[in-house]
Amino acid sequence: MTTTMIFAGSGGQGIQFSGKQTAKTAMHQGKNVTFLPSYGPEMRGGTSNCTVVISDGEIGSPSVTSPDIAVVMNLPSFDKFEPRVKAGGLLVCDTTMIDKKTERADIDTLCVPASELASENGLTGFANVIILGAIIKKTGLFTFDEFLGLLVGSIPESKAALREKNEKALRMGYEF
Amino acid sequence: MKGNEAIAEAAINAGCLYYFGYPITPQTEISEYMAKRMPKVGGLCLQAESEISAINMTMGAAASGARAMTSSSSPGVSLKSEGISYIAGCDLPCLIVNVQRGGPGLGGIQPSQSDYYQATRGVGHGDLRLIVLAPSSVQEMASLTAEAFDLADTYRMPAMLLADGALGQMMEPVDFSLFKKREVPEKEWAANGHGGKRKKNIINSLFIDPQELENSVVARYERYKKVEENEVKYEEFMTDDADIVLVAFGITARVAKSAITAVRESGIKAGLLRPITLWPFPKKEIGALADRARAFLTVEMNMGQMIDDVRLAVGGKRPVDGYTRTGGIIPSVDEVEDKIRRMAASL
Repeated sequence: MTTTMIFAGSGGQGIQFSGKQTAKTAMHQGKNVTFLPSYGPEMRGGTSNCTVVISDGEIGSPSVTSPDIAVVMNLPSFDKFEPRVKAGGLLVCDTTMIDKKTERADIDTLCVPASELASENGLTGFANVIILGAIIKKTGLFTFDEFLGLLVGSIPESKAALREKNEKALRMGYEF
Repeated sequence: MKGNEAIAEAAINAGCLYYFGYPITPQTEISEYMAKRMPKVGGLCLQAESEISAINMTMGAAASGARAMTSSSSPGVSLKSEGISYIAGCDLPCLIVNVQRGGPGLGGIQPSQSDYYQATRGVGHGDLRLIVLAPSSVQEMASLTAEAFDLADTYRMPAMLLADGALGQMMEPVDFSLFKKREVPEKEWAANGHGGKRKKNIINSLFIDPQELENSVVARYERYKKVEENEVKYEEFMTDDADIVLVAFGITARVAKSAITAVRESGIKAGLLRPITLWPFPKKEIGALADRARAFLTVEMNMGQMIDDVRLAVGGKRPVDGYTRTGGIIPSVDEVEDKIRRMAASL
């Protein structure tokens, strides 16, 4: 089985981080995985996206036109990737940032006001992690514990507050 | 791990102790990684004042018998071309990495394969060849880096790893324990002083007497012949019964594989030959496929450069078409699939 995902949003929303963390968790499951970032001026703002392919078999192209799952965290990304989601696929939106709704009936949607939830709960900057929590609940790609383990595992013990915030954000998304 | 980091780690594992670079997107992570790791293994990572300095420093380190490398992206490799020619003329082994971006000129920063001609034909002035290896995954970014050092030492010539921005930037799992190391000859020619105990070696590429120069070039081409006989590497994918054989290297070979898997589902017999060495080129193998396949298609991120080599290998026996995107665009699986379907319909 192969799952293709595109994460897109503004530079600074943690788009690349979300993609990397997803790829890393899939790698720890023993899957084949590719992570293809957009690179260049994005890291200084503007739009940012990355593509993750997870497969039990050999992965051909790491670059994907129509993903199974598109995660969009701003309006330009919605406009760009909403039409491209594969029929039967999933569109995940941060509805705080996107005031549009898809009119497509052939795709499933997951709408999370992630940025709002984040700012209301002292988790500003963790909207991406909230979204990740919601995705793993919805798709069952990973268990909460395996995802959380790698998420906090990469943060040094000395940064306990950062660990707590990540866990809180992931749980908030998971339980949304 | 990122492709660029995999190159750097593999080079250090292969015993490279000297890295000279100059930053340029999309390969700067190589320098960054080297700067962190080299001091810890007793090696040297030096950011030169320009690409030209970096290649000449690489030449100096290689002349002393050390494993040395430099890396850059397309415009930077053009700057290195004079030095590469001198290195070839001095018969020095070293590794040059080109993580290609779009050109010509400053071009862009997105992935490209438009330095195929440069790498396989005109990387510097004079009669010369480089061993050119084209990785297609992050695993191969690592394994072919190790192999490039071994090949360079074995044949006493420079080797190039020809990657692209997508492979440099993308992340995939890598296993560094999978490499086979070769036995490589002692570097008796090295200009390292030999502790003053025997006659000094001189490394030189200047021969004023034409006969002497011809002799040196002919001797070098004898070695090139051995490389062509022994070191061709390629991968075949579903070619056994293929009517249409795609030829693609690097990242586009993966796009081609996905497209082939898709068209196979509707009964179109397509396959892939992926050259891993671009020089020496797998011309015999492609020639052999020309006896059974009905048409060839190259998929490249340039205006069609490798297609020349495929046409030479096919020798006019079958039509050879190309699907190309350039400027930093990776062809999509759909586009390649569509091209194969159209070809199949006209067979």
